[in-house]
Amino acid sequence: MTAPIATPEIPAQRQNLAFTLYPYVKSPDQEAVARRHPVVVVGAGPIGLAAALDLGRQGVPVLVLDDNEGIGEGSRAICFSKRALEICDRLGAAGPMLEKGVVWNLGKVFHDDRLLYEFNLLPEAGHAFPAFINLQQPYFEKFLHDTIVAVQAAGAPIEIRGCNRVEAVTPRTDHVALDVMTPDGPYRVEADWLIACDGARSPLRGMLGLGFEGRVFEDNFLIADVRMTADFPTERWFWFEPHFKSGASALLHKQPDDVWRIDFQLGWDIDRKAELEPARVRARVDAMLGPEVEYELVWTSIYTFQCRRMERFRQGRVIFAGDAAHQVSPFGARGANSGIQDVDNLCWKLKLVLEGMAPERLLDSYDAERVHGADENILNSTRATDFITPKTPVSKLFRNAVLDLAATQPFARSIVNSGRLSVPCTYDGSSLNGPDCENLPARTRPGSPVPDAPVADGWLLQALGGGFTLMTFDAEAPEVIKAHGVIVRRLALTATGNAALQARFLGEAPAAVYLIRPDQHVAARWSRYDETAVRAALARALALE
Amino acid sequence: MTKPLSGPRWPARWRWSEPMLTLTPNLSNPDESYARLIAAHEELSEAESHAMNARLVLILMNHIGDERVLAAAMAVARPER
Repeated sequence: MTAPIATPEIPAQRQNLAFTLYPYVKSPDQEAVARRHPVVVVGAGPIGLAAALDLGRQGVPVLVLDDNEGIGEGSRAICFSKRALEICDRLGAAGPMLEKGVVWNLGKVFHDDRLLYEFNLLPEAGHAFPAFINLQQPYFEKFLHDTIVAVQAAGAPIEIRGCNRVEAVTPRTDHVALDVMTPDGPYRVEADWLIACDGARSPLRGMLGLGFEGRVFEDNFLIADVRMTADFPTERWFWFEPHFKSGASALLHKQPDDVWRIDFQLGWDIDRKAELEPARVRARVDAMLGPEVEYELVWTSIYTFQCRRMERFRQGRVIFAGDAAHQVSPFGARGANSGIQDVDNLCWKLKLVLEGMAPERLLDSYDAERVHGADENILNSTRATDFITPKTPVSKLFRNAVLDLAATQPFARSIVNSGRLSVPCTYDGSSLNGPDCENLPARTRPGSPVPDAPVADGWLLQALGGGFTLMTFDAEAPEVIKAHGVIVRRLALTATGNAALQARFLGEAPAAVYLIRPDQHVAARWSRYDETAVRAALARALALE
Repeated sequence: MTKPLSGPRWPARWRWSEPMLTLTPNLSNPDESYARLIAAHEELSEAESHAMNARLVLILMNHIGDERVLAAAMAVARPER
């Protein structure tokens, strides 16, 4: 596993960077005998940056290694969900995302030349963040990096090394050794824990000889990002079998900077090079937008996709997150959004394990919970893909029957599936979950992400922050509980006059006490405070039991 | 593959009851109903008939609604392999 590549290619700056952010600088580590770091993150994409930011903000020293010097070109992921934004808000990075991003609520679904129906995401009132924003991935990464620079200036122990490519990884019992190649040659570095955020093609996964099983979809999609000032509304338009014949399906979606994402489904047997010829791309776009619309091609790409995951996301001291661990089709915005949730789930656990407050098996709950999340995402995204690209004649027959009926029958619209948009998963059955309390609302049962709500000074999730919290609704409890070496802070709330809190946390009940994890998921809940019960639930949430 | 944390969350009222698929005679006028079904396909091409059948299945599926009844009906209809 340690065999280095015979003739190592020297990492060099790639031509196509959207932003150069961490130019290569020689590190003193390169002259030293392998220096040990508590956490090394491999890959400075959105997931790696978010992991570094989360750990660094909590004072955990983290070293990020990336084979590039900044953020690659191309809009790529463009649809960021409410939960991802809430997590970024906890990390201090959501403000610019919301400011730059395009908020959209209205979707239209077409079949051939017919508008079948419109849908409104109708976001529930009483949340700080919208259901989705559209934002090009380079901006998302840039805003995470800007926040890293800001917290570094305030002393957060985060270091990013550009042009540092991992060439070999050697797992040991109590650490992981890495061979790293730089423009100044190779060096070695060690990590107590390694977080692999090196993307869907994860070289680390390959070096460790680990599988990545799942389903490959035999279809090609062409992305054309076009800049135009045409007067299209800020809506998501999806065509099944579009009349303009530019693909078997097509999608039009707005991004910032007057850029529009256009997606065409091209089928399996295509000549990728020919299809990427600008004239060929323009012919498809012209047919869709009409010949009179002027635009500029900003970025084009052809992609195929897979729905698959690793069997286990924790492999000893190597932990996989984001696309490196699991991959889904793009329908439903479940890629980057679920990777951000991986980070959210992992970082507090890793910190507690590093500090000796929790046993290593707490990290096995990362594996169990995020595998559960990945399976949910793969299921949803596979179903959307099967609807968009039917695999058999009978599947297509039923798909088109659904579309026919959707034009006139509301029931059929609920079956139309052009991507069930990402919502965070509930960790039902997790070993960290403590007791539930009858008669409280199902949506906030143990394992659930806490839904946001307006509170006196702003928003509930902002008031929660990132530690263990005892959230009390019209119930007494101590302001601070110290147990198992952890401090649990109380957040005292009243549902009187706050319909959102009442509906989301109490239902018909007069009072409730919730133990909340640092990732803002519910650990346990009761009708009143009981010190013994809270201590036991905390022990469970720390995997001490 | 490791097992997911839990299976689908069935509503509590479903948990202990048997599926209620009616397989005993239930049509008040079977001849009439059958003739109507055949007549509904008159003058349709084979492709149109298939499309109509698909729409009909979806409409009846929605009318039934109960996931267990649908699963039981599909199991009865599917040829044994």
